[in-house]
Amino acid sequence: MQGLKKMRMPLIFLLVALLFPLFTDNQYYIYVVTLAFIYAIAVYGMNLVGGYTGQLSLAHAGFFAIGAYALGLLTVDANVPYWLAFVLALVITTVIGTLVGLIALRTKEHFFAIYTLCVGYIIYLIIYEWDALTGGVRGLIGIESPAAIGPITFDTGISNYYLILVFLVLTVIFMKFLTESIVGRTYVAIRNSEELAQTIGINTMKQKLISFVISTFLAGLAGALYASFVRFIGPDISYTMMTFDFLMYAIVGGFGTLFGPVVGTLLIVILTQSLQFMEDFRMIIFGPLLVLLVIFYPRGIVGGYQMWKMKRAYKKKQRSVDQGSTYEGGD
Amino acid sequence: MDVLLQQLFNGLTVGSVYSLVALGLTLVYGILHIPNFAHGALYMVGGYITLMSMALMGVPYFIGIAISIVVVGSLAMVMERLVFNPLRHAPPIHDKIAAIGILLFLETLVQLVWGADYRAMPTPFADTVSFLGITVTWQRIMIIVAAVVVMILLQLFLKKTMVGAAIVAMSQNREGAFLVGVNANKVAMLTFFVSGALAAIAASIASPINLVYPGMGHLVILKAFVIIIIGGMGSVPGAIIGGYILGLTESLGATFISAAYSDLIAFVLLVVILTMKPQGLFAQKGAH
Repeated sequence: MQGLKKMRMPLIFLLVALLFPLFTDNQYYIYVVTLAFIYAIAVYGMNLVGGYTGQLSLAHAGFFAIGAYALGLLTVDANVPYWLAFVLALVITTVIGTLVGLIALRTKEHFFAIYTLCVGYIIYLIIYEWDALTGGVRGLIGIESPAAIGPITFDTGISNYYLILVFLVLTVIFMKFLTESIVGRTYVAIRNSEELAQTIGINTMKQKLISFVISTFLAGLAGALYASFVRFIGPDISYTMMTFDFLMYAIVGGFGTLFGPVVGTLLIVILTQSLQFMEDFRMIIFGPLLVLLVIFYPRGIVGGYQMWKMKRAYKKKQRSVDQGSTYEGGD
Repeated sequence: MDVLLQQLFNGLTVGSVYSLVALGLTLVYGILHIPNFAHGALYMVGGYITLMSMALMGVPYFIGIAISIVVVGSLAMVMERLVFNPLRHAPPIHDKIAAIGILLFLETLVQLVWGADYRAMPTPFADTVSFLGITVTWQRIMIIVAAVVVMILLQLFLKKTMVGAAIVAMSQNREGAFLVGVNANKVAMLTFFVSGALAAIAASIASPINLVYPGMGHLVILKAFVIIIIGGMGSVPGAIIGGYILGLTESLGATFISAAYSDLIAFVLLVVILTMKPQGLFAQKGAH
């Protein structure tokens, strides 16, 4: 019962998400929310390695694109059955992620950020220039929708919506167990001080690598879903700006919080889509917002909310203690 | 032979620009240990201010550059005051995120004000000159000369003036500098001003041979990062030498290996270097 109460907000949120398509006939709204769900999965990856483990990986859009292109190329050019291609895309992204992680994580802090930024740019350049494989600037067209699983087909917007919602919920549940386990605490320990973590016997390289690989896996998962949902991909999805977008979603929602990525992504994607005229100029507002958030609210909306709740609970407790002490006449 | 000479010359031109940008970056890193991702945006703004003061106010090229130096230098100073100073005790990840926020803001602002078109910058040095069997524009010669002059002036400033010495002192030992009475705030602001000014000069002299557009800083800043990692974060001579090495490697690589992947050379170089030496070449003792 206590657990249920604690999870009240997320459960209400899930209920709204489940019922949402029943209340709107507008395909466009469903499309936007689905897109936000996909991005949220990728942002979870960034949140894990950046927010929990404290390693700012700026190659995230690159891995997102690798997942998307792997799925696209396997289904369009190689005619691999969809779900097999889907699994292969995840494997490919994770393997590349592991290789990059093995080398990248030997560098620390600023070097790591710069290194991954460059890795991301290399991925972008390769996708852009390797015309024969990736279609270069024209991109890949006509990627198929997810294939039917038994009687369930995914050829409509609503069915895709539920499919992606399932993946998102699985991601959140996985993250909940991961971050609340000893492993999650290990990551936070590394974020707070890598040297200290080492002195209490944590193999920081191994833990950082695992966290990085999971993060690339989630980026690849989001990428693969994106490719089959939007059905067209271009080199833009691997560009640095995409990484910065992910970063912004994470920061606004709350870097290093469990529900930050969903909150941030949904809020900003819906906000920018509903203010269409802002599409190109959204950074006029979001750029300074990012700066203000890291200065004043480094833990974002969710972190701020948690802080407020904790303060309130503390004050309540203080008050009852105060009353208690007067009742007993003090000491 | 002519091709080689021509490419060496081009490499020197490009290298000069890289060196100037990397110098600004390395100065800021030396003092505050901030990898300023927004430096590329300063570079871009520098190009625009020069171009726009020439186009809108009709001032000559060099006056345009002077205006640009003042504007971008002040912009960098404001950045330090409003953003990096409040964040000086925050975890290092916050500085990087804030810098990215500034970068996104400046780029969009420029795009909003002046549009996303690619623009050419006019220059009084458009004529060509031939010597040793190669033909180059005066602009390219001007770039090389200007870069060398700026580097010498910077070196004199850092070595011969009190203020410059304070900058060097703070990058060598922060606490030591405080003990002998260096004002940290002033030095930090000044460093940002110099860094912004260098970016403005680099952009203004490079723009006539490239183009001016909101995304013009992206590649340059990434390469400047590569340079300061190669040359040692915070090292002034390292930034200069690294800039020329990269410029020459790139222009030779573009001719003799592949033009399409010439931009890749810098990043492959970086990946190789960091793979073998995760602390970067010439890692300074005690620097973080």
